[in-house]
Amino acid sequence: MSTQRATPHTPLPPLRSRGGLGRGRGPHAPRRVCHAGAALAAVLGLLGTGSAAAEQAELTIGSKRFTESYILGEILLATARTAGVQAQHKQGLGNTGILFEALKSGSIDLYPDYTGTIGRELLKSDASDLESLNRGLAPLGLGVAVPLGFENTYALAMPDTKAQQLGVRTIGDLAKHPELRLGLSHEFLNRSDGWPGLQRTYALPQAPSGLDHGLAYEALASGQIDVMDIYSTDAKIAKYKLRVLEDDQHYFPEYAAVLVYRLDVPQRFPAAWTAMQKLQGKISVAQMVQMNAQAELESKAFPEVAAQFLEQAGPASTGNTARANFWSRLFGGDFWRLTWQHLLLVFASLAAAIVIGVPLGVWAARSPRAAQPVLAAVGLIQTIPSLALLAFLIPLLGAIGIWPALVALFLYALLPIVRNTHSGIVDIAPNLRESAQALGIAPAARLRLVELPLAARSILAGIKTSAVINVGTATIAAFIGAGGYGERIVTGLALNDNQMLLAGAIPAAVLALLVHWSFELLDRRLIPAGVR
Amino acid sequence: MLLLDNVSKSFGAKHALAPTSLAPQPGKTTVLIGPSGCGKSTLLRLMIGLITPDTGSVKVDGAPLTAINVDEVRHRVGYVIQDGGLFPHLTAYGNVTLLPRYLRKESGWIEQRVNELAALVSISRDTLSRYPSGLSGGERQRVALMRALMLDPQLLLLDEPLAALDPIIRRGLQTELKEIFARLKKTVVLVTHDLHEAAWFGDEIVLMREGHMVQRGTLDDLLSRPGEPFVTEFVHAQRADARLAAA
Repeated sequence: MSTQRATPHTPLPPLRSRGGLGRGRGPHAPRRVCHAGAALAAVLGLLGTGSAAAEQAELTIGSKRFTESYILGEILLATARTAGVQAQHKQGLGNTGILFEALKSGSIDLYPDYTGTIGRELLKSDASDLESLNRGLAPLGLGVAVPLGFENTYALAMPDTKAQQLGVRTIGDLAKHPELRLGLSHEFLNRSDGWPGLQRTYALPQAPSGLDHGLAYEALASGQIDVMDIYSTDAKIAKYKLRVLEDDQHYFPEYAAVLVYRLDVPQRFPAAWTAMQKLQGKISVAQMVQMNAQAELESKAFPEVAAQFLEQAGPASTGNTARANFWSRLFGGDFWRLTWQHLLLVFASLAAAIVIGVPLGVWAARSPRAAQPVLAAVGLIQTIPSLALLAFLIPLLGAIGIWPALVALFLYALLPIVRNTHSGIVDIAPNLRESAQALGIAPAARLRLVELPLAARSILAGIKTSAVINVGTATIAAFIGAGGYGERIVTGLALNDNQMLLAGAIPAAVLALLVHWSFELLDRRLIPAGVR
Repeated sequence: MLLLDNVSKSFGAKHALAPTSLAPQPGKTTVLIGPSGCGKSTLLRLMIGLITPDTGSVKVDGAPLTAINVDEVRHRVGYVIQDGGLFPHLTAYGNVTLLPRYLRKESGWIEQRVNELAALVSISRDTLSRYPSGLSGGERQRVALMRALMLDPQLLLLDEPLAALDPIIRRGLQTELKEIFARLKKTVVLVTHDLHEAAWFGDEIVLMREGHMVQRGTLDDLLSRPGEPFVTEFVHAQRADARLAAA
């Protein structure tokens, strides 16, 4: 049992694809994590801490949690810096709702978004032209500007060869080929501006099947489906040689990439604003597709992708992409802070799990009726993926950061401790148990003098297992701003920067080993010589 | 001092002990004997409250044994089991002094008592400093006896105390134990399946079979005045064993 949770339960969320924390895959995905709405304010509090002091001097650019937004954020950052303005990029803050709140509160100054999204999600209107958007945003002290030149809209695509064969060029052409098989993402199938409306508009006869977006490309490539939904700047369009079908009836709303900004930005950062205005119309769909592909398919770091684009586009590159030496990054400025945070997460939660888990295990061992429910409950907790548990705890505790992380780690640490305490006591030989009883020692003292010492080895093994697992699981806490080595891992994933990722993963692995060894030493001190 | 009044016990559907009454003679050794599953250990465990009777009552010094007084009664009863039941996490000394330390006896008194009993059961201080895993089978039983005698109980219960020992050690310990019982003048109840051991220790022998007391008396009574054919059968079987062992 000791190895069953040696790694965090879930793969890390697909930051490099377009998904956010949830399943939503793209820029227009509805507020996936917004049901954790209570967390919003807390997120902003966290964001605010870093930027409040620097607000005057530093331009803060935000981005959403998918590849394209990261890249655009980096392009804006490099542009501002080239203009001689101090700027920072808060990457992958979350979904539209979070970015919008951050913008309103001044935690960020601007971020890239899409006209359709701004209309629908922020202003609750179908408007997507800049003029009406600006009218709606002005009362909030916000505006939209600088259309970057490309749209990222929903689209349908099919393999180019097949499209050529059948002469399919537009979505309308699909109606002539009812035999075509459509595999659409569940989100697209259910959105009001997705399939239902599309089918009506174009009178499409097909009955599409729901398919995970990640799988759809492969299904298309292997000929199991003929048509899938995509975003028009999808990195994989070129790779899979897809033809994007023309929306000849203009069913899909306009999703032009623009900047959403605080109205005071042009005045506070005139140089940066002027430079960024020059990006207007500079990014074509093809260029965006290419940049997405560089990040997603060629694993280039976002700053590098941005720099390369700016170089080609004219203005000089920031030249800021050279990477620091790995060792200096490993032990870089935040190393001790992260170590301290990680240790705090691991051991504070472990201490709580010992204080609660050992008595629970004793109770389960003492009362056969309690044993099954208790063991089942702590086992059940273990099956909850850590991100899901965190997402559940955030609204429950009304906070992000260290508290939900501690609670989650505490819950995960319970199983090995409770189970090993239970089995350690239950496995005591009946004759020893009886001998203690026959001496006339009261139950509580029997536990202290005989049963716990005899179970010490098993209990300590459980605690050790929990501690080592906690070191690994604690990395996930960075997703909710609890710090620790996970912070580097998350950043590394977001930046597509393997060195950064390793600078977080290696210390975590080393720490796990150190914890393991320390417990081996502790065993010798705590386990009575006679039962070693 | 100890009285079993019509006690019976079933484990699920199995009748371990039919209603039985027994009062071991004070200062004498009573031996419970019979084939396995005859109820002799059940009877012994009832005496110290490790199990509670379905019917009847166990009385110690006139007072019925209850959940409330059971621990206090156990302090007046010594109990030794087959492999000693020593706690592996404590040294022999730790085992012997566990109960008096738990009862907060004065340490000078504890030391004195340990020295007396170590002399009685022929155990050295060096042996006492070892963990049970480092003791021989015989040493373990001596230490277990010390532990049982620590509070100078009036009643000593022994459940097959020598069964796990090899024959030579066993013979030696039988001799020593009998001397100790005689010197201490304790009321002793000893469970064995070995007729020779029963004859050696028993002022009174209680022969049991399938949860019933078949006959009680001296060895001579069993031999010359068997109450039922099973008595003779049991005695003969054991003698045949002894002849085989001797040959």
